[in-house]
Amino acid sequence: MIHLRLPGRWLARLTQPRRSESGPIRLNRRRIYILPTRAGFLYLATLLIMLLGAINYDLALGHALVFLLTGLGLAGMLHTQRNLLGLELAASGQEPVTAGELAHFRISVRNPAPRPRISLEWSDARRTLPPLLQHIPPGYSTTLQLPIPAVQRGWLELPPLRLASRYPLGLFEAWAHPWPEARCLVYPRPHFTPLPPGLATGSTGDRHGHEGQEDFAGLRERQPADSPRHIAWKAAARDMGNRPLQVKTFSGGAREELWLDWDAAHGDAEQRLSQLTAWVMDAEAAGLDYGLRLPGCQFPPARGPAHRHRCLEALALYAA
Amino acid sequence: MARTSAPLHHAHLPWLLLVALLTTLPHSRYQPLWLTAVAGLVLLGVAWQWRQGYQVARNWLKLLLVMAGCAGILLHYKTLFGRDAGVAMLVLFMALKLLELKHRRDAIVLVTLGYFLLLTHYFYSQSIPTGLWLLGTTLVITACLIHLHGAPQASPRTSLATSGKLLLQALPFMVLLYLLFPRITGPLWGLPQDAHAGRTGLSDTMSPGNISELAQSGEIALRAFFNGPVPPPEQRYWRGPVLDSYDGRTWRTGRSENRAPGLEHTGPALHYTLTLEAHNQRWLLPLEMPASLPDPPGLEARIDSNGLVQARNPLKSRQRVEFTSSPDYRMGVMESPQVLWRNLQLPEGFNPRTLALGRSWQQRHPQPRQRVQAALDHFRQEPFIYTLRPPFLGQQAMDEFLFNTRRGFCEHYASAFVILMRAAGVPARVVTGYQGGEINPVDGFLVVRQSDAHAWAEVWLEGQGWVRVDPTAAISPARIETGIASALPEGEPLPMLVDARLDWLLSMRNQWEAINNRWNQLVLGYNPERQRELFARLGFQDADWKTMGTALGISMGTLLLLLAAWVFRPVRENDPALAIWRRAIRHLERRGIACPPWETPLALARRLEQEAPELAPAVAELAQLVTTARYHPGSPRMEPLRLALKRLLRR
Repeated sequence: MIHLRLPGRWLARLTQPRRSESGPIRLNRRRIYILPTRAGFLYLATLLIMLLGAINYDLALGHALVFLLTGLGLAGMLHTQRNLLGLELAASGQEPVTAGELAHFRISVRNPAPRPRISLEWSDARRTLPPLLQHIPPGYSTTLQLPIPAVQRGWLELPPLRLASRYPLGLFEAWAHPWPEARCLVYPRPHFTPLPPGLATGSTGDRHGHEGQEDFAGLRERQPADSPRHIAWKAAARDMGNRPLQVKTFSGGAREELWLDWDAAHGDAEQRLSQLTAWVMDAEAAGLDYGLRLPGCQFPPARGPAHRHRCLEALALYAA
Repeated sequence: MARTSAPLHHAHLPWLLLVALLTTLPHSRYQPLWLTAVAGLVLLGVAWQWRQGYQVARNWLKLLLVMAGCAGILLHYKTLFGRDAGVAMLVLFMALKLLELKHRRDAIVLVTLGYFLLLTHYFYSQSIPTGLWLLGTTLVITACLIHLHGAPQASPRTSLATSGKLLLQALPFMVLLYLLFPRITGPLWGLPQDAHAGRTGLSDTMSPGNISELAQSGEIALRAFFNGPVPPPEQRYWRGPVLDSYDGRTWRTGRSENRAPGLEHTGPALHYTLTLEAHNQRWLLPLEMPASLPDPPGLEARIDSNGLVQARNPLKSRQRVEFTSSPDYRMGVMESPQVLWRNLQLPEGFNPRTLALGRSWQQRHPQPRQRVQAALDHFRQEPFIYTLRPPFLGQQAMDEFLFNTRRGFCEHYASAFVILMRAAGVPARVVTGYQGGEINPVDGFLVVRQSDAHAWAEVWLEGQGWVRVDPTAAISPARIETGIASALPEGEPLPMLVDARLDWLLSMRNQWEAINNRWNQLVLGYNPERQRELFARLGFQDADWKTMGTALGISMGTLLLLLAAWVFRPVRENDPALAIWRRAIRHLERRGIACPPWETPLALARRLEQEAPELAPAVAELAQLVTTARYHPGSPRMEPLRLALKRLLRR
């Protein structure tokens, strides 16, 4: 069915929530809106013509048929609403993306009822996303990946969603605008230019506490950004997994120190941020130690996914 | 942003084919053969395509089929509108819509057309079997609609079950609307010519063969229910058209004045309700002779000078009317000389021998009463035979009948008798109607069939007025006393259901007709008048539109709320372990601990070790039990879980 343009927009604005909600959302009756679809209006018109025919030809069973179909439409309306009723959903963000990519938000949906939920149609409230269709068996929970284009650097908030259903008869569409709180960090769009010249230190592990990759230097608690390759699995196995995971640290190795400086980049603030982003990515990929210097803050040279993320986060959230 | 409709899934096609088949198939009985052939070929073609890979038909092909179909319908029916042509158009469109199924939108149009086609079946029959067949078809069409909106891989069983559930929930609405929706007496606009084609019944003319033809139909003409004793068979004369003008072959209704026939009732009155089948004529067929006329609005029943009761408009649908009649009456004692003169007229040059016989009685018997008796004696003494298959009669029909063939049905005897009387100088006329009827022991209704169609005579005697004389009774008394089935010799072409010689068949027929009668009386016969009665019984005297609308609105709203309360009833958690866990979660959330739904019980317990150490042991215990209960094979014991929950809630 094609949706009428203006009323659709207007309705969306009218029924949209004002702010997002933290915590799981349960769709109760106040959250669910319902209106006839085009097919519903066609059905209604057909029933009216049939009623006129039944009256005109004095068909007792014709009356009965029209009235049965009227009841069918009404029962169908309630069932359409029920198809959304009681669903529980929550959203979570995901790993950061760079501007221009798609951020896949995870929406987890639980169907607590002993009946299946059929043909749930997911989209955003402004209906710019292609709708995603979903069926949830009784008592199941599923997770849905909703791709939202990440346009700008910074925090990407999950927009208000639109969950709609026409099942079973398609004569009515019930919809809700759940807006679970979730956000995703968007790094600036990288603009790749050659790395600025680095400063090779040439020293081999003489500075204490600086992590390298060659010599085992001890264990420390794992942080989310640590590579799984460095997890001390044997140590974890010894204490039956009751303690947090440890990672092995290393020191040593030839290193080159590189300062990625705001002043070394060119252009306006956004262009500089793009260049710096690309440099951070390149330097990390090249296995260099790099530091980032921005007006008002700086990160001393280091490397590793955690460092990379810290630098990129600062770039993403940089307030010009 | 305009979005196109969802594309149609391959799995929807058999459903749509089934809908098209079920809604068009019953029409093949009424529509031209070529249309059935075209629709059948299209259906077969699409079914073949379903296996091979469906493709929308080319535009030129569709256009060609539409043009050819419309042209065919125009040629056959001489119009594109009207009832039958309209139905034929719908059948054509239904078949052709199958050729262009691209989107769900197309399928929805097809389904809607299917619902509409259901209605058109009622033009032809509103019997119980039709009703059941159409209820089944509604189930299938609705299942198709559900399948279109659900998962394409859903099994037919699921769709049909959902459809059945929805229809069951729709039933109370149907009953309520049927009873309370303000009924309007149709028609709203001029009906097409063919709206009520093909109704059987008496006509306003009679020539030899008319009634014997009608008598071969077992169809029901009317049903009567008496409040009190049922009159004996010889008094069951249901008066129809009075024929007083004869042209040598055919009897017709002559002139009649719009005034009462001068009736005096001398006996007790019988009250009864007549249910007349639609016969597309104006007469009402009361028992002879009516003392009071029915007065439902819109009917405007009148009695004319010949004693014929007529409504204002032809009876296009089954009609229930209440009458009072008295079998003991005197009619037209003071009949005007002009009318008597008219009832003595005979055409010149026809039936000379019959006229001569009549005249001889006039000379021999001075009293008109004696002449009547002479005629009846003549019929009784000569070897006349009562039969449904009289031989063909030529130009001098009555002469041949009276003096050569001597085999005839009631119309022959009535006609011959009236001619003899007129020739003998006694004013006489033919009355047609029904005679007899049979009581259905199941529901006590007196059933009168087309096979009870009858013709008798009335003669006017000084001081007595119009007196009924039934010459058939003189030849075959059994016809009047026990009905046509026992009066006819073996081997006569009686409809099987009228044949009283098959006992088991008779009792089955009685059962079935009693059910049909209840159906007709209660369901089909529900009309504006009955609706007013219902409202009066509910305490609303003279309910107008406003009252009815309000009553309907309030009761529909209540019903919708009740259904909503049932549909939206809170669902019990179907997993008891999960139900217990959810109570624990609610408890934790009340204490300010966020519990996102994706967190497993064990993960939550581990998180609480740091966030809320005082609760952690109790949660950990419960989490362990819940997890075991949910994932352990077999049905777990719930008691430990309940205890663990209690311990947690106490914290």
